[in-house]
Amino acid sequence: MEVAVIKYNAGNIYSVECALRRLGVDPVVTDVPEELSHADKVLFPGVGEASSAMKYLREHGLDKVIAGLTQPVLGICIGLQLLCRHSEEGNVDCLGLFDTDVRRFVSLNSEQKIPHMGWNTLHNLKGPLFKGIEEGSYAYFVHSYYAPASADCIAESNYIVPFCAALHRNNFYATQFHVEKSGAVGVRILENFLAL
Amino acid sequence: MLAKRIIPCLDVKEGKTVKGTRFVNFKEAGDPVVLGEFYSRQGADELVYLDITASHEGRKTFTDLVKRIAAHIDIPFTVGGGINALDDVDRLLNAGADKVSLNSAALKNPQIIGEVAKNFGSQVCVIAIDANFEDGKWICYLNGGRIPTERTLFEWAVEAAERGAGEILFTSIAHDGTRGGYANEALLELHRRLPIPVVASGGAGKLEHFRDAFQKGAADAALAAGVFHFGEITIPELKMYLSEYDIPVRM
Repeated sequence: MEVAVIKYNAGNIYSVECALRRLGVDPVVTDVPEELSHADKVLFPGVGEASSAMKYLREHGLDKVIAGLTQPVLGICIGLQLLCRHSEEGNVDCLGLFDTDVRRFVSLNSEQKIPHMGWNTLHNLKGPLFKGIEEGSYAYFVHSYYAPASADCIAESNYIVPFCAALHRNNFYATQFHVEKSGAVGVRILENFLAL
Repeated sequence: MLAKRIIPCLDVKEGKTVKGTRFVNFKEAGDPVVLGEFYSRQGADELVYLDITASHEGRKTFTDLVKRIAAHIDIPFTVGGGINALDDVDRLLNAGADKVSLNSAALKNPQIIGEVAKNFGSQVCVIAIDANFEDGKWICYLNGGRIPTERTLFEWAVEAAERGAGEILFTSIAHDGTRGGYANEALLELHRRLPIPVVASGGAGKLEHFRDAFQKGAADAALAAGVFHFGEITIPELKMYLSEYDIPVRM
């Protein structure tokens, strides 16, 4: 199986490569349109800032390449946010493959620290990505922006407000949590994605 | 619900784990990757690797080790020790670390916090503070608790957060190694003053010490070394205990 990881200006792609290798997959990390189009699966991971990431994707023509992908695509963390319509982070229009806008968490009291960092529970799990994953399983999150609950939501979590822990529409999947850092739960979700 | 985190801390010297006394019969306990995997399987929520090597060559060894940790461990890990410049941060994050912990370097040059946050994001930037309660004040110390500074815990922690730190790792020097419990009053004060998470460090000896750090100190995470390495407390029994007190933990 050919697995491609989208190369752009977002950090910590190495951890995703390592997670794939642990599953016996040797991914190609690339920004070459043909390599992305021909892969069986594409991962769109990363940590970073939304507006600078979108600027980079547009300047390199990757926005159109990503939107044109027809095989299963998995966005992770900022990847999820960039697949949405718009982000409050840098007030930027994103790829619009999910029908929702990304907002910033607003702390209501001193108990609510931002970023949302640590292990939180997953609920209302739907579809093949969560096959074999129990309701209430923990996954690892680090983020200050979130996608509100929407029709594309296939997993929910709650921090200050309920939000989408994972989204799915057509061939596009995305998790706000880091599958590559979520222990056995993350491994299973990644395996489920590779099996799509 | 967001879980309280349990974090074993591993000291590394010349690429080997130190303090591994518990594992006298465990041949590879000196391998930080094997020990990290062991804690990860036990249910550790994160790991901290502290490089206590002094030499320049040791830094290269540690970077190679970080790559190996990233290749094998599927939970987040922080690295610290000897990080003085943005280049060090870049090197360690590129090697696969999720966060870096800065201590003396940040006290000496607070601007580095903003530089790390701007270049790599606040979430990677942990500010470790070693402080001691003297004459009614929490004095911050440099160089592993050896050199006192003019700075005090609360104002320094607030400044670090304002400059872009993503987390504060607070060690009470007087509590560290005593197994008498964490500095819960100071932890609670940090919690009240800071908009970012606080990790408790120094003093864990019994199960109730972790409970108190979370309930009395309102800590977001608790770090310990000796009690885990010597097998006095195992992570599954600790999490079972905490859940009996309705403290949310990942089981």
